[in-house]
Amino acid sequence: MSSLLTLTPEGLYCPAAALHIDPVRPVPRAVITHAHSDHARAGHGAVLATRETLDIMALRLGDAFAGSRQALAYGTTLMIDGIRLWLAPAGHVLGSAQVVLEAGGERAVVSGDYKRQADPTCAPFELVQCDTFVTEATFGLPVFRHPPIAGEIARLLASRALFPGRTHLVGAYSLGKAQRLLAELRAAGYERTVYLHGALEKVTAYYMGQGQALGPVEPVGGRGKELAGEIVICPPGDLAGRWARRFADPVTAVASGWMRVRARARQRGAALPLIISDHVDWPDLCRTVEETGASDIWVTHGAEEALCHWCKTVGRNARPLHMIGYGEEEADSSPAPDTASAE
Amino acid sequence: MKAFARLLDSLAFETSRNAREALLVDYFTRTPDPDRGYALAAITGTLDFRAAKPALLKALIGERSDPVLFALSYDFVGDLSETIALMWPAPPREADADLRLAAVVEALARASRSDAPRLIAEWLDALDETGRWALLKLVTGGLRVGVSARLAKTALARLGSVPVDEIEDVWNTLKAPYLQLFAWIEGRAGKPESRDPAPFRPPMLAHPLDEAKDFDQLAASDFVAEWKWDGIRVQAAAGRDGETLHRRLYSRSGDDITAAFPDLLEDLRFDGAIDGELLVVRDGEVQPFSELQRRLNRKTADAKLIQALPVAIRAYDLLAEDGLDLRPLSFLQRRERLEALVRRLQSPRIDLSPLITFADWPGLASARSEPSSRLQPADAAAVEGVMLKRAAAPYVAGRPKGEWFKWKRDPFLIDAVLMYAQRGHGKRSSYYSDYTFGVWLGAELVPVGKAYFGFTDEELILIDRFIRANTVGRFGPVREVARLPDKGLVLEVAFEGLNRSSRHKSGLAMRFPRVSRLRWDKTPAEADRIESLEALLSATRA
Repeated sequence: MSSLLTLTPEGLYCPAAALHIDPVRPVPRAVITHAHSDHARAGHGAVLATRETLDIMALRLGDAFAGSRQALAYGTTLMIDGIRLWLAPAGHVLGSAQVVLEAGGERAVVSGDYKRQADPTCAPFELVQCDTFVTEATFGLPVFRHPPIAGEIARLLASRALFPGRTHLVGAYSLGKAQRLLAELRAAGYERTVYLHGALEKVTAYYMGQGQALGPVEPVGGRGKELAGEIVICPPGDLAGRWARRFADPVTAVASGWMRVRARARQRGAALPLIISDHVDWPDLCRTVEETGASDIWVTHGAEEALCHWCKTVGRNARPLHMIGYGEEEADSSPAPDTASAE
Repeated sequence: MKAFARLLDSLAFETSRNAREALLVDYFTRTPDPDRGYALAAITGTLDFRAAKPALLKALIGERSDPVLFALSYDFVGDLSETIALMWPAPPREADADLRLAAVVEALARASRSDAPRLIAEWLDALDETGRWALLKLVTGGLRVGVSARLAKTALARLGSVPVDEIEDVWNTLKAPYLQLFAWIEGRAGKPESRDPAPFRPPMLAHPLDEAKDFDQLAASDFVAEWKWDGIRVQAAAGRDGETLHRRLYSRSGDDITAAFPDLLEDLRFDGAIDGELLVVRDGEVQPFSELQRRLNRKTADAKLIQALPVAIRAYDLLAEDGLDLRPLSFLQRRERLEALVRRLQSPRIDLSPLITFADWPGLASARSEPSSRLQPADAAAVEGVMLKRAAAPYVAGRPKGEWFKWKRDPFLIDAVLMYAQRGHGKRSSYYSDYTFGVWLGAELVPVGKAYFGFTDEELILIDRFIRANTVGRFGPVREVARLPDKGLVLEVAFEGLNRSSRHKSGLAMRFPRVSRLRWDKTPAEADRIESLEALLSATRA
């Protein structure tokens, strides 16, 4: 058990430094791993995060999202009441970080959400060896093996070739997934303008302002049938709603790790499920746990039962935290409640 | 195998019939013989090999995975073939994935019982996730990709200029891989010689009746009414080819289900086609739909099952007789011939669906709301409404406007409290979608039924969230949900009828219960009491 971390109703807490990590309720001092709405909430006293995370929080939550804020670059160390704290890239979305806490020769890493797959829109995951590793388990079942993204992009482009007269409407979360999709479309040689739902505009503009080459994009605005044959990206919650009815006979694609499971894909009404995830899949989850060398694994949310079982079979202590309130990121951008569960 | 896997994969996700047809046409156009013929056979369910049993597949994955992880995965995915396809140890990159569908089908047809596991494992090693899924669906014989035999034939017809009904005429005389059939449709050969003496004839379907509008526009005297029976719609076709009498039973969508109902076959001693309802009838009493369900989705039936659940046809219509197509005749003319035929047959397994006499719409409405006033109790309990058929209408395939209407009974409604939840399978897997609900007996809630549909996908997610946040106990896969007088979830449950039952603590069993509305506005204290169900039971029995 770690002396660095404990669990409170607000979330993970480091008592020595008196700070919470990704708390689900307002607290005096919070470290935020990344700007997805289930991890980054408004109303904390002081917030510590990467500059990108702070910028995106301000974009989405308004400038007054916290009493005060402090930006911390990856790898820069802070000493807080005897605790050494630094951030390492998590590879999840732009600005996403793992929080590293050290004291008395012991190290704990709170990884937030993370992935090991390459992503041109954010810094790659950096492995930090530790004693206690706090991990998500969104895709913590052996059935989840995310395929290489190039193949999924190729399927989208092949469908566009097969149905040239239909709009390809792709549901992708407005922070991270949408921009990654744009970057990967460009990498695959797709040069046409990609049209964006209004909810995606601010964050996409921010990514581009940070030097990301995402190619020509335009807001959908009042257009609908004019966009036959084009690729349009919108929040997943808008795929089935009134907004989507403007398009003539669209091909509904959903970009999510859940698309690996047919029942999930059908629940989401995906005619073209694209298995694209910003979370680790099962092999990467297991690999990461082993590579950290941690003896204690804390599982925040997701399929914790399977991961804890596996940890025990490889001789590690595992503890499910049953944290409520995570795994519902990105419910923000759709008019009706986004019916998606995690991711 | 790759193209076939891609086809099945796309079909599984495509919801529009037109797009499914386009996918089939695309596949049949691009795929060479004999692969496409085997694919056609797989889709229409006419492949001839001993299907692999789930136990075999479980053994294969059992040798390659941790049992706890497998169980958790299966619980989440909800489909055995898919779970195995996704969990199978990833193939080595250099694996030969250029496996032909024909090679698989032919090897499996030749394989001995002991060879099959090794073959299947080798193929699984060579394929990717989608390929493995398609292979497992194929070898277990459960494709279920939403393609009826009729849709497959419609797609075939589009490869050339052959009308789909001509394909029906010869369909049953041909076998996989259907080389002759493709050659004919593509204009490379003449029509296959032999005609099917007992072809499928696409059924005529009804529109739901709109009480607010339709009664003003329809004259009662133009219509006849029949009971709508709670079974499955079938077509019994029989015809002579020389000395042999061919007899077949088709589902509504043209799938040949003859093999599953050998007990009925003997009685199809006519030349023609009867449109009717398949029911389980024991000692002259129609049994609940749940009993029939035990015989559906089975490829065969053994003597024990046949004896326990004997089936019969309740005849609605006669489409052909002695080589004559009766479909252009009026309903009344066809009915006359049907009555004569059923009388002649004197079969205990084929009877007539009686007409309902009525003078005006209110008269029919009272028959609909109280079938027990016209029928014996078991029959009344198997009625799910009435059908209106225009007396002068010919039998037209599809759903022609203004000719046939179905007018279902209004369901009963109660407000019940969610008590337990369990994860669903299939479409609803990974969500808590099976609900046990109860009503008040004194100060205690007693379970009165289970429902697993009726809600929208959006509502499912809300209920699932409620369950996860309000779990007060876990018993294996079952979650016990908080349900105090002022805290809990009230479900409005619709159902078709009530029976006494010794299987339930409440002593009652509901027919066809489903969630009709979520009553977030009500507290459990406001839910119904057992007395209201008791009153309903005595009212319907009277």
